[in-house]
Amino acid sequence: MPTEKKGFPTASGIAPEAVGEAETKAAPLLDMRGIRVAFGSFVANDAVDLTVRAGDIHALLGENGAGKSTLMRVLAGLLVPSNGEVWISGRRETIAGAAEAMRLGIGMVHQHFMLVPPLTVAENVCLGLPSAGRLIPNLKQCANKIRALAKAYDLDVDPNARVADLSIASQQRVEILKVLYRGARILILDEPTAVLTPQETSGLFRILRLLAAEGAAIIFISHKLNEVMALTSHVTVLRHGRVVASAATADTDARGLARMMVGTDIALPKLEDTVPMGAVAEDGKGPVLSVESIVCRDASGVRRVSGASLNVRSGEIVGVAGVDGNGQQELAEAIVGLRKIEGGSISINGHEVTHASVADRIDLGLAHIPEDRHRTALVEPMTISENAVLERIGDAPFSRSGWIDKAAIASLADTIIKDFDVRTTGREQKIGTLSGGNQQKVVLGRALSRDPSLIVAVQPVRGLDVGATAFVHRQLLARRAAGAGVLLISTELDEILALSDRIVVMFKGEAIGELKREEVTVGQLGLMMAGQVA
Amino acid sequence: MSMLSALTDPIFAGFLAASMRLAIPIMLAALGGLFAERSGVLNIGLEGMMLIGAFVGFVVTFATGQLAIGIIAAVLSGIAAGLLLGLYTITLSANQVVVGIALNLLSVGVTSFFYRLFFGAAADRPRIEPFAPLDFGWLGDVPLIGPLLFRQDMLAYLGLSLIVLTWFVMKKTRFGLNIRAVGEHPEAAETLGVDVVHTRYIAIALSGGLAALGGAFLSLSATGVFLDNMTAGRGYIALAILILGRRHAIGILFAALLFGSADALQLRAQLLPINIPLQFLLMLPYVLTIVVLAGFAGRQGTPAALGLPFLRSGSQKG
Amino acid sequence: MSRTEDAQLKRPHVSPALVSSVAAVFAAFMVGALLIAAVGVNPLTAYGALFDAALGSRNGLSETLVRTVPLALCGLGIALAFRAGVFNVGAEGQLYLGGTAAAAVGVVGSAFPPVLLLPAMMLAAALAGALWSGLAAWLKLRFRADELITTIMLNYVAIDFVSFLLHGPLKDPNSPLAQTARLTTEARLPALLSGTRLHAGVLIVVVVVILAHLFLWKRVGGFRLRVVGFNPHAALNAGIDVRYTLVLGFLISGALAGLAGFAEVSGVQRRMIENLSPGFGYTAIIVALLGQTNPIGVLASAFLFAALQIGATTMESAAGVPSTLTTVIQGLVVLFLIGKSAVPLVLGWLSRRLRPKAVT
Repeated sequence: MPTEKKGFPTASGIAPEAVGEAETKAAPLLDMRGIRVAFGSFVANDAVDLTVRAGDIHALLGENGAGKSTLMRVLAGLLVPSNGEVWISGRRETIAGAAEAMRLGIGMVHQHFMLVPPLTVAENVCLGLPSAGRLIPNLKQCANKIRALAKAYDLDVDPNARVADLSIASQQRVEILKVLYRGARILILDEPTAVLTPQETSGLFRILRLLAAEGAAIIFISHKLNEVMALTSHVTVLRHGRVVASAATADTDARGLARMMVGTDIALPKLEDTVPMGAVAEDGKGPVLSVESIVCRDASGVRRVSGASLNVRSGEIVGVAGVDGNGQQELAEAIVGLRKIEGGSISINGHEVTHASVADRIDLGLAHIPEDRHRTALVEPMTISENAVLERIGDAPFSRSGWIDKAAIASLADTIIKDFDVRTTGREQKIGTLSGGNQQKVVLGRALSRDPSLIVAVQPVRGLDVGATAFVHRQLLARRAAGAGVLLISTELDEILALSDRIVVMFKGEAIGELKREEVTVGQLGLMMAGQVA
Repeated sequence: MSMLSALTDPIFAGFLAASMRLAIPIMLAALGGLFAERSGVLNIGLEGMMLIGAFVGFVVTFATGQLAIGIIAAVLSGIAAGLLLGLYTITLSANQVVVGIALNLLSVGVTSFFYRLFFGAAADRPRIEPFAPLDFGWLGDVPLIGPLLFRQDMLAYLGLSLIVLTWFVMKKTRFGLNIRAVGEHPEAAETLGVDVVHTRYIAIALSGGLAALGGAFLSLSATGVFLDNMTAGRGYIALAILILGRRHAIGILFAALLFGSADALQLRAQLLPINIPLQFLLMLPYVLTIVVLAGFAGRQGTPAALGLPFLRSGSQKG
Repeated sequence: MSRTEDAQLKRPHVSPALVSSVAAVFAAFMVGALLIAAVGVNPLTAYGALFDAALGSRNGLSETLVRTVPLALCGLGIALAFRAGVFNVGAEGQLYLGGTAAAAVGVVGSAFPPVLLLPAMMLAAALAGALWSGLAAWLKLRFRADELITTIMLNYVAIDFVSFLLHGPLKDPNSPLAQTARLTTEARLPALLSGTRLHAGVLIVVVVVILAHLFLWKRVGGFRLRVVGFNPHAALNAGIDVRYTLVLGFLISGALAGLAGFAEVSGVQRRMIENLSPGFGYTAIIVALLGQTNPIGVLASAFLFAALQIGATTMESAAGVPSTLTTVIQGLVVLFLIGKSAVPLVLGWLSRRLRPKAVT
C-alpha cells in the first residue's frame, strides 16, 4: 500500500507539458540505444533503449535477473556492451571506465554502499579525485565544498565524521554527495530504499525531487511498485533482458506494471486468500519456541539484541519485520545457537536451550534456513548428496558406529531431489553449480525432510525468481498446516504480510509491538519499524 | 648502580646501540609488510624476500666492490620478488599464505644454489667490507638517545628515514589514501576510479624492495658474509611486529626496537646475573613473538580486505 | 537423471588434480634443466645420475624409501590439517620433539618389557608432537594468535629446546657430542633388508596411508573434517563442532610429525642428534600440496621428493651440479602448482589475440 498519495501533478515537480515543449529542441540528457550485453551464451541485455531527460525521475523496473543492474553498469562504465550506443546530451560517447563515466556526469549510488568505513566523509568523497590534489589531497578544501553541497540539497552530513560512525541513512547521503561532488547530472540509484524505513524513504524522495527540479536526470532502480508510482515521472520495465514497456508513470498503474514485470497477470498477494484466518489452534501445548529478554553482541562487541522476547506456537507463522540491521540476524543466530547470548533464555518445545549447542537444538526439532545460503547453508565444492546429509551424518541410517552408509545418503538425496523438484544432473553434481533457486530447494528440502517442529527462516526467498519464491512459500505454509511453528524473518513487508499469523517488529535490537495479521496496516508497521510504537 | 651511572654505563650503551642495529632488518621488513597489508595483500614471503636481498646485495657488492651498487641491486631483486608474489596473489588470486610459504622455500633453494655455484663449498667464506658505523663524536655519548641514534651506520639511517617517509606517505599523500581505501574496501575504490590492481602491485613491489633492503642489512651491515638461510625467521617475526605496531610506521619502529633488544640481550648473556643456558636466550625473540601474538592479536586495525582476492567487476567485453 | 550419472561413471576419469600435479612437476624439471644447462652440464646426464642413484640400485632404492618415511608421515599430517583448514607449518619442531621423546623413552628402555618398548616410544613421540601442535592450537583458540606465525616460531623454540636437552639432561655421558646414548636393539625399528638401512618405518607409513584414506572418505569424523575445511560457517550451522575439528586437525598432524621423528631416531640414527632433520617438516608442506592433500598422492609425492634428495649428492659428485638444485626444483613445483590458474588465463588471452574479430 503506497504511503504517498497518488495524483500529484508530477513527482518531479516539473509539469510534463512544460518539459515536453522545452525539450523537443534540446537532446535528452541520456539516450541509450540498442544496448546489448552478453556473458558467453547468456544475454543480459538485448537491444535495450532508455531515454531520460533533465528533470525526469525515471524508474527502471524488473525482477531479479531482468538486466537492470547490467544496464546501469554499462552506463557507469563498469561494463562494455557488445553492441549499442550511449548518447549524452546529444553527443555519442564511449564510456571506457568508471573515471570516464564520472567525467561525463554519470554518478551511481550503489545499493551496497561503496564507502570505506574507517575513512572520513571528506576522504571518501575525494578519493580518486586528482583535482583535490595530485600528491597531497587538500582535505580542508574538500570539506568546505561538501558543506556547501550539503546545504544546497538538504543532505545533512559532517565532512570530518568517520563513515563507520554514521547511520545507514547518513551513509546513503554521503554516497549521493560523492556523485554530486563530481558534478553528476545523471544519477543512478540502485534499490536505495532497501535499507530505509518508510519515513527515511520520504526524506530521500524529497532530496531526489529537489535534484530533479535542478535539472538532474535520475534513474531509480526498484522492484517496489508503490514507490515507483509515488515518485517517478517515467518507467521502463525490463524482463529477461528486454524492454517490455516504457511509459510515463501517470499512464500506468501498479497492477499493469506487475503484469509486465512477470509476464502473466499475477494477483498481488492478498491477505485473505493466503492463510485462512483463525487457523491457529489454542491446543494448550506450550510454544514451540520461547525467547525471553535475550541480549547478544556482534563480532565487534556492539550490542545487537537488547532484551528481545517473542514466542512461536505450533501451527503458526510469526513474521519478524524490520529494516535490515536492527538485530534480526543476530536474533536468528542466537535462536539457532550460532551466537552466544549474554542474558535471557531460549526454549524449544519446552526444553531450555539457552546454552545448548547447535547440534542439540537440531535434535530437538529445530531447522534453520539461513539468509546467506552460500556462506551458511551450503558447502559448494561438495555434492548434493553430501550437502543433503550435512546435519544428519552422525545419525542412523546414514552412519553406523561412525562408518558412513553411502546407500542411505543416496536415498535421502534422491528423495529431496524428487520431492522438492530440484533441477540437476544427478545427486553427485557439485552443489555450487546449481542455480540459486535449486540450491535453496536443497536447503529447504534438507531442513524440511527432517519434519522439524520449529523452522527459523531468514530471508528465504532472497535472490529467487517468482516461481521459486512461490514454491518456498507454499512449503512453509504446508509445514504450518502440518503443525510446525515457523519464525519468518524478512525485510520484505509483502512476504511478511502474506504469510504471517502474527507480526513482530525488530527495532534497535528489541522486538517492539506485536500485531495479529488482521489488525495490521502498513502505516503502523512503518512507524514501528522506525521505532514509534502506536 | 645509580640511575645516572646506569644510563651512561658503556655496556648499557652498547646494548642500546646493538638493539637498534638488530632492529633495523626486521623494521625494514615490517615496513614492507605494512604497505602490502594495508593494501589488502598478505605478504608471508617477507622471509624469502629478505634472504634474496641479503644474497643479491652480497654477491653484487662482492663483484663490484661497491656497497651502494649492492644495495641498489638488492632492492631491485626484492621488487622483482614482490612483483612475482603480486602476480600470484593479485592476478591469479592464489591462496596468499601458500604462495608466501612457497616463495620462502624457493628463496632458500635458489640462494643456496647460486651461492654454491658462484663460490663453491669452500670452508673459507668470501667476505666483503660491511658498512661501518658513522662517528658523530660526542653525540654518540648522550644518554639513551646517543647509542640508539648516533652510533649506527649509513644503512640504518636510511632505514630510519624510511620510517618517517612511510608515515608521511600513508597519512598525507594521495597514494597513501589509495592504499588504505584499497585495503579496506576495494570495490568502493574501484568505482571511484582508483585502479585497485595497479595500487596493490605497487604496494607489493615496495614491500619486496623494503624487505630486501632489510635483508641486505644482514649481509652488508652486520656481518659481511652470506650464510644459507641467514634470515633465521626474521621475516616471520616482522609479521608479528606489524601486528604489535598496529600496522603504523611509528608503532613498527618501537615494536622492532623491542625485538632488537631481545636479540641484543641474547648476545650479552654472560653479563646477566643469572646463569641461563644459551639455548633459552636464543629462543627469546621467537618466544617474544608468540607472546606478542597472543597478547595483541585481534581484529582491530586489520584492513578489512586483507587476504581476500579482488575480483575485478567490469571491463569485460560483453 | 540416472542415465547421465551412469554415463559419467563409465567415462575414463582423469582427475584434473592429478594432471595439474604432474604438469607442475614436469614444468619444474624443465626449468631445472635450464639451470643445469646454464651450469654447462647436460641435463639428461645430471637427471640420469640423480635417478640412477636414487632408484637404480638396491641400496639407492632403500635409501629413497627410508627418506620417504619422514616426508610421508609429516606430509600426511599436514595434508589432513589442510583439509580441516589448518595450516600446520610446525611439523619440523614437532618432529624434533617427537624424536627426542622417543629417544628419551628408548634410553630408559630397560624399564619396559621389550615387546612394549617400541610402541611406548611411538606413543611418546606422537604425544610430544601432538602436545606441541596443541600448544599452537590453544594459542589460536584462546588468544586468536595466528597459527601460521606461532607454529613457525615454535619450530625455532623446539629446536633450541632440544639442543638444550641434548647438551644437558639427555646427553650421552659417554660421548662429547650433543646427542643421546645409543639405542639398544629393542629400541630400534627392525631392519627389513640386510645390507641396507631400510626399516619397518615403511610399514608404518603404509598403515597410516590406509588409515588416513579410510578416515577421510568412510568415517563421519573425516566427512566433518572436510566440511569444516571447505566452509566452517556451514559446518557450524549443521551442528558440527568446528573448534573440536580444528583442534583435531592440529593434534593429528602434530602426532604424525612426532611419529616421523620417532622413525628417524629409531630407524635411521639410532639416537637423537642435533640435526635430525634437514628440513623434512618444510619439504613436507610441498609434499602435501603436490599430493593434493590426498593420502595416496602424498605418498607418491613423498617418494618423488625423497628420490630427488637422495640422488642430489650423487648428481653433484658425478655431474658437478650443486645438490641444492633439488631444493630449487621443490620450490618451483609449488609455484607451478599454484600458478595453474594462469594457464586458462594465458590461453584465453592468446585466443583473443589470434582469433579474427568476430561479429556478435
